Amino acid sequence: MDSPLTPRSNDLGLTAASKANTPIENQDAKSFFAQLAGFWVTFITMFKKVNTVEYPEVKEPTAERFHGRHQLNRYDDGLEKCIGCELCAWACPADAILVEGESNTDEERFSPGERYGKVYQINYLRCVFCGLCIEACPTRALTMTNEYELADDSRAKLIFEKEDLLAPLKSGMLQPPHPMAPGKTHIDYYRGEITGGSNE
Amino acid sequence: MSTAELIGTDPGWITLVKGLLIFIVCVLATLMSVWGERRIVARMQQRLGPNRVGPFGLVQALADGVKLALKEDLIPKAADRIVFVIAPIISATTCFMSFAVIPLSGKVTLFGHETVMQLTDIPVGVLYVLAIASVGVYGIVLAGWSSGSTYPLLGGLRSSAQVISYEVAMGLSLVAVFIYSGSMSTAEIVSAQDQWWFCVTLFPSFVIYAISMVGETNRAPFDLAEAEGELVGGFHTEYSSLKFALFFLAEYVNIVAVSALATTLFLGGYHALPGLGFTESWLGGWFTVIWFLAKVIFFFFIFVWLRGTLPRLRYDQFMKFGWKVLIPFSLAWILIVATLRVLSQQGAPKAAVIGFVVGVVLLVLAVSTLFESSKKRRISNDALGEVQPPSFPVPAIPGSKTITRTEQLNG
Repeated sequence: MDSPLTPRSNDLGLTAASKANTPIENQDAKSFFAQLAGFWVTFITMFKKVNTVEYPEVKEPTAERFHGRHQLNRYDDGLEKCIGCELCAWACPADAILVEGESNTDEERFSPGERYGKVYQINYLRCVFCGLCIEACPTRALTMTNEYELADDSRAKLIFEKEDLLAPLKSGMLQPPHPMAPGKTHIDYYRGEITGGSNE
Repeated sequence: MSTAELIGTDPGWITLVKGLLIFIVCVLATLMSVWGERRIVARMQQRLGPNRVGPFGLVQALADGVKLALKEDLIPKAADRIVFVIAPIISATTCFMSFAVIPLSGKVTLFGHETVMQLTDIPVGVLYVLAIASVGVYGIVLAGWSSGSTYPLLGGLRSSAQVISYEVAMGLSLVAVFIYSGSMSTAEIVSAQDQWWFCVTLFPSFVIYAISMVGETNRAPFDLAEAEGELVGGFHTEYSSLKFALFFLAEYVNIVAVSALATTLFLGGYHALPGLGFTESWLGGWFTVIWFLAKVIFFFFIFVWLRGTLPRLRYDQFMKFGWKVLIPFSLAWILIVATLRVLSQQGAPKAAVIGFVVGVVLLVLAVSTLFESSKKRRISNDALGEVQPPSFPVPAIPGSKTITRTEQLNG
């Protein structure tokens, strides 16, 4: 989400929590007139700023590291980072991920190196957004975005395919399949030595 | 010409039109008050409240009503079918009836006919309102009984016990008004307040009425009949669809009705605020309706404010408050008011009146001081008195010597 929204408070309620922990010292019932002060509290609250976020119209940004929809990342020239190793699927406690790998050939290359993920599905009816798949991924191919609007009206629509999950092509990126940058190996890709542009 | 005589000259169709108008006002007031309550309570909790259906969410209550009407109408197998159906009808009809004697305006012209916006004026108008409120209790108690289920039965019993006990205090608080206005007719009570409102001259009565009207309508903080944590929904637990809607309607019309009665008896009815008497002739007298509605809305706001502020009372505290505080207090107050009234009517010298007032004040002070000090002594006796050694280890009682486990075992 590259929206210009800023959270109203980045405190996340931490100061309130520390206040809540302070012990209540005086437990005696207050006098009648002191108890009437409660009416003032509710009255003055009517004129305070409302805390409601009117969601569909107003969208608050999530916390920076909010676990939202997954994304399959690309290298700067457009090749996919996913190598089809299935570690994410193995790590998944909810069995929400299905990966089928396939070998890259010189004619049809989707990712640097030997293998790529041919089928990549995440079932959002099962996913619990724990992020263990992200920890498992050896190439940082799988990350999570802050996108949280995942409701839909059928089960089939909530199984996201590879093309739903792949990061969009940015300028300078080339739609795979295409060969690796000339003179570079998958090791160079892995070290992040590929900077934008393509070999064509 | 008195109000009763003026109403007596109404042709039949004018009475019909007035009845219809009053009905429409009641239903509209219910819809608006459901919406208003939800918005105000939301504000008190820093929320927005319903704002989606229609402008500012104004149509929310109507939408809820339509939704209720379209829902499945269930009658439990164990229920007594006839009584089960009659109960909400009793509730919903009686709540409208008290509006017949509420004067909504001063003299106005309705379709070229001079009249007042009051359906009828009977010499015992306020007694009639109390009687109707008592009949309304049947709706609640029958609903609770006929549901054939435990929660509604308990809720219905609580509810009727509550309404009946607070009606006593309410009736007693009205006695002072009768004494001062010399009438039980609502129109004459209003006209008796053209100088001083009774909420000023009879302030204690006003306070007692204001408290008991909350108890009477089963509203927070006295909503024990619908204590969700204990009784699910109270007497209307088994009701659904339109029958539930009728109870819902009755609750809110009742709130408007007791507010209207409070306005009539204590806030000068349709009279303008002091110093704004010239507004009463605006719009050919119709402006008085606005004054009346403004006062009713004020009371309604108090209802909502109470609900937003106070937690629910425990049942025994509530009953204790009604029978042991409100009723004795209003009895004593009636005695004082009656004595003062008789003194002034018999033309007693000022010194006697002042002496009586000073005597009463001194008596109240003396009694309350004695009461306070005896309470203090009792507390201190409790704290310092000999504490029996407990037979098992318990936390120390404040102010007493801590008894350790070994001391206990050693005797």
